[in-house]
Amino acid sequence: MTILVIAEHDNQQLNVATLNSVCAAEELKQAGAGDLHVLIAGSDCAAVSAQAATVAGVDKVLVMDSPALAQQLAENLAPAVVALIKGAGYSHIVAASTTSAKNVLPRIAALLDVAQVSDIIEVCSADTFVRPVYAGNALAKVQSSDAVKVVSVRTTAFEAVAAEGNQAEVETLEQAADQGVSRFISEEKSHSERPELASARVIISGGRGMQSGDNFPLLEKVADKIGAAVGASRAAVDAGFVSNDYQVGQTGKIVAPELYIAVGISGAIQHLAGMKDSKVIVAINKDDEAPIFNVADYGLVADLFEALPELEQQV
Amino acid sequence: MNNFILLEFLSPQSENSLDEVVMKILVAIKRVVDANVKVRVKPDNSAVDLSNVKMAVNPFCEIAIEEAVRLKEKGIASEVVVVSAGTKDCQEQLRTGLALGADRALQIETDAEVEPLAIAKLLAALVEKEQPGIVMMGKQSIDGENNQTGQMLAALTNMTQGTFASEVEVSGEELLVTREVDGGLQKIALNLPAVVTTDLRLNEPRYASLPNIMKAKRKPLETITPEDLGVDVAPRLKTLEVTMPEERQAGIRVANVSELVEKLTAEAGVL
Repeated sequence: MTILVIAEHDNQQLNVATLNSVCAAEELKQAGAGDLHVLIAGSDCAAVSAQAATVAGVDKVLVMDSPALAQQLAENLAPAVVALIKGAGYSHIVAASTTSAKNVLPRIAALLDVAQVSDIIEVCSADTFVRPVYAGNALAKVQSSDAVKVVSVRTTAFEAVAAEGNQAEVETLEQAADQGVSRFISEEKSHSERPELASARVIISGGRGMQSGDNFPLLEKVADKIGAAVGASRAAVDAGFVSNDYQVGQTGKIVAPELYIAVGISGAIQHLAGMKDSKVIVAINKDDEAPIFNVADYGLVADLFEALPELEQQV
Repeated sequence: MNNFILLEFLSPQSENSLDEVVMKILVAIKRVVDANVKVRVKPDNSAVDLSNVKMAVNPFCEIAIEEAVRLKEKGIASEVVVVSAGTKDCQEQLRTGLALGADRALQIETDAEVEPLAIAKLLAALVEKEQPGIVMMGKQSIDGENNQTGQMLAALTNMTQGTFASEVEVSGEELLVTREVDGGLQKIALNLPAVVTTDLRLNEPRYASLPNIMKAKRKPLETITPEDLGVDVAPRLKTLEVTMPEERQAGIRVANVSELVEKLTAEAGVL
């Protein structure tokens, strides 16, 4: 019984989400699963494997370094990981629920002919997990009967383990083949000086009440004063105010910051699913009846176009 | 209307190329609880209570139908087939698919709660039979929220995959897919046949018109069984318990921004 954690990274930097998935893997270890290996699959990713080797709890780092894995295309990555799993006999495959893991993990599970348990929030035992369903309005406890358990981890439900202090062994694996059926063309990253939504301590999000993307600077000014990330509701994304990577909700990003400020957001079920585990929630909305107030610790019924500049002044 | 524009636009030569279009698109859809319903758990904690709850086509699946129909309207696809696995009830959603422009429908009749891997196996058997150029489906259903079926189907059929698509374009022998990824967009090129899973911004689905709803009733809807397809749909996961999460309680109202800032600083200590 050995656990394989598939690391999230960009070939240079180990993504912090990996620290959350290692935490879930550690719990599996305590539940009886064996050693904890971390796989770095990428291209020119030596720096990442060095970072992974210092992460607490990791017993071994495996490196699959080849040009075919530069963008982790599922068609190239999945067969390589499956060959590794079959060869080494892993009992658990774990990855954070990021878009790259969501893309490749089910492909790996199907090639192994096993089910995947998506987005777990709790490890009950080596084969039993809790996961939210129906936009977090119900929690299902599920038990897997498969020989290999493939699990994706909701990062907000697990603490990040220490990134430093360990000195795990690093082993280089064989190169992965390019299957020649898919290719990367380009990438458009939203550049921002602000913290990432997934790891921000404070998030300020705007909804349909913002009326236009042109009004988002009102939020951004507050965000910059308090070091917050900026998010949006699905309604604001659908209306074209901001791009989809701002979206907090069931179908966007799931966040749980210390402080979440919802501005002009009514509080649809699918938005609440993405933020209701935040420690402190603030709602600013002119509609006294908005459902967002039912989950807010502090509610302010006000016109956001007056409240936001005031907030910027006072923080 | 769309056909009319298309015909007017085409030269005789391109009309010929239109005749040669043989690409079929298979769209897999799911009947789910309506997105605005807040579900309750059954008192015995065995499952979510779905009795007398409004049901609908999973929103992401609606986007998949729309995209397939648009590819047909552009002359890139020749036929759009919608498929769903479930009880007779899911015929309602298949008829919606037909009303939105699909040509025919397939219902895989099963009472069982079919897991993503089993759905992928059923679809893989259909792919073998139907030989589609593209299989489209939603990136996830809003009930089970697994986000697995498309990727699993691609694995089982050795097809390429374009997940979380916000733009799809057929270019020669390739499918160009723009994907919504953490922190931005990624564009990839895929060999056909390919599986595409749809994200929100791919399109805005149309509403079915009354004449199209009437027409949909006469379109072919075939029922098959997992046995016909030779697929074992036995579950791999056992649901031990379904519970309600702890409800968050509403807090207090503050009168103005100053009070808010004071509370956040002094009381909550988060500013």
